[in-house]
Amino acid sequence: MSSPARKSGGTGIPGILKGLATTARTLATPSHTAEYPDVAPSLPPRSRGVIALLEENCTSCMLCARECPDWCIYIDSHKETIPAATPGGRERQRNVLDRFAIDFSLCMYCGICIEVCPFDALHWSPEFEYSELDIRDLLHEKDRLGQWMPTVPPPPALDEHSAEPAEVAASQKPARGGSRLVPRERPARVRPARVGDESPSGATGATPREAAAAEAQATPPTPDEAGGDQA
Amino acid sequence: MTAVEVVLRAVGVLAAFLVLPLLVGQAEHKVMAHMQGRLGPMYAGGFHGWAQLVADGVKFVQKEDITPAAADRRVFRFAPAVALVPYLVALAVIPLSPSVVAADVPASAVFVLAVTAVGILGTLMAGWASANKYSLLGGMRAAAQLLSYELPMVLAVASVCLAAGSLSLGGIADAWRPAWLLWQLPGAVVFLVAAVAELQRPPFDMPVADSEIVFGAYTEYTGLRFAFFLLAEYAGIVVMSLLFAVLYLGGWHGLFSDQLGWLWTMLKGLVVAVVVIWLRVAWPRLREDQLQRLAWLVLVPLALAQLAITGVWVVVTS
Repeated sequence: MSSPARKSGGTGIPGILKGLATTARTLATPSHTAEYPDVAPSLPPRSRGVIALLEENCTSCMLCARECPDWCIYIDSHKETIPAATPGGRERQRNVLDRFAIDFSLCMYCGICIEVCPFDALHWSPEFEYSELDIRDLLHEKDRLGQWMPTVPPPPALDEHSAEPAEVAASQKPARGGSRLVPRERPARVRPARVGDESPSGATGATPREAAAAEAQATPPTPDEAGGDQA
Repeated sequence: MTAVEVVLRAVGVLAAFLVLPLLVGQAEHKVMAHMQGRLGPMYAGGFHGWAQLVADGVKFVQKEDITPAAADRRVFRFAPAVALVPYLVALAVIPLSPSVVAADVPASAVFVLAVTAVGILGTLMAGWASANKYSLLGGMRAAAQLLSYELPMVLAVASVCLAAGSLSLGGIADAWRPAWLLWQLPGAVVFLVAAVAELQRPPFDMPVADSEIVFGAYTEYTGLRFAFFLLAEYAGIVVMSLLFAVLYLGGWHGLFSDQLGWLWTMLKGLVVAVVVIWLRVAWPRLREDQLQRLAWLVLVPLALAQLAITGVWVVVTS
């Protein structure tokens, strides 16, 4: 067997000696074993361990549960009606989160839920030691997911010349009333009644827009306008 | 030699037989680990896992002892003893120094070679009696290996015996001179390779071949009987290393050899054992045909050439 591709002569002895030298060199160098259970590994802050939930931010919009490829996120919520803050105001509804659970026996740590969350309610935590003896204990309910939140590292610092975060910029803006430029007194935007108009819009309490819409319905369009619409 | 002395010597050999293989085994754990850039066992016993092999022994004792229904029961159960005892007998006649030897027999070099050759018979018996095709394959490979490598080994030892003019290990070590390191080097290499092959150690572990034929002749063995086969392998390393040290490295020759001769032999043997472990880490397993090729086309001619050189030299100088 002496194919042209074969190097180092037919005997192969240099290769054998090289192997011995390599192992001897490794023997002489200190071993680089990571003694994991005894010594905690130093992980980069962006490493992916477990997913933490900031419950206050969750609006139970279900985006994470819908985008999850494994369907391992379970969300239950109900709507609550908040009474109007001012008399004559409108009642509002908001979602209240009943259950938020991630089944880490199904999760494949793709991180899509964290990326799609519009309200920054989900975060990667570098904690990775949450194995259980029972697979059912890998289903983390929202209180357990919330407990991971303190382990989430702070977000990385912004670039030097970047714009301030929107929240910071908004908080540092002067309050509206405190400005030196006091807006000029303007007349109320009430549409003057037309000649021959039976229903005075200002009297019914309807907004000018509604009044305009009602007026457009009342008066049929002219033939020119109708033709223009069709074209 | 009184009866008490005989008992004392026997107990001494038994103690060495039980301790030295564990020492080599622990050395293998650690040397192999560090050659692969890791630490090896670190927990058992406290200091760097020194008790790992003892813990392994306790584990083996606890395991169930299974004999397959189709096996040749008596041969199957007898095989580990056949593999193990020859190395105990061989250890008894290997001199650590002119005085530290359990049984100083004439022609001990021949005796050791004959006795260690019996050891592989245990593997053959195990493979034949297990009623398992993998075991049978392993046993047949072991037999082929024994046949191939016994010859160069005996020829290499014959060269040393010829040079020393003695068949006794003590006589050979007495006649040893530092120049032999150079003069008998081809024979020493042949002996080392053949010894590794006879112990079925990597790179010559085709009879075991844990990735091709499961575990060769030991496939059906469990518990203590399996442990005996492993112990036989490490006892074999001890015997072969000490033999190499006595035959080729001068045994007890060294500083203060009158008082510390046995220590010199042990140290040299330990170095050889580490080399045997080193070969395991560095080299991949040979193929069966490469094994036979190496034995018959390289080792046997080399050993014969060594024998011829030694013969000519002895005739010329005497």
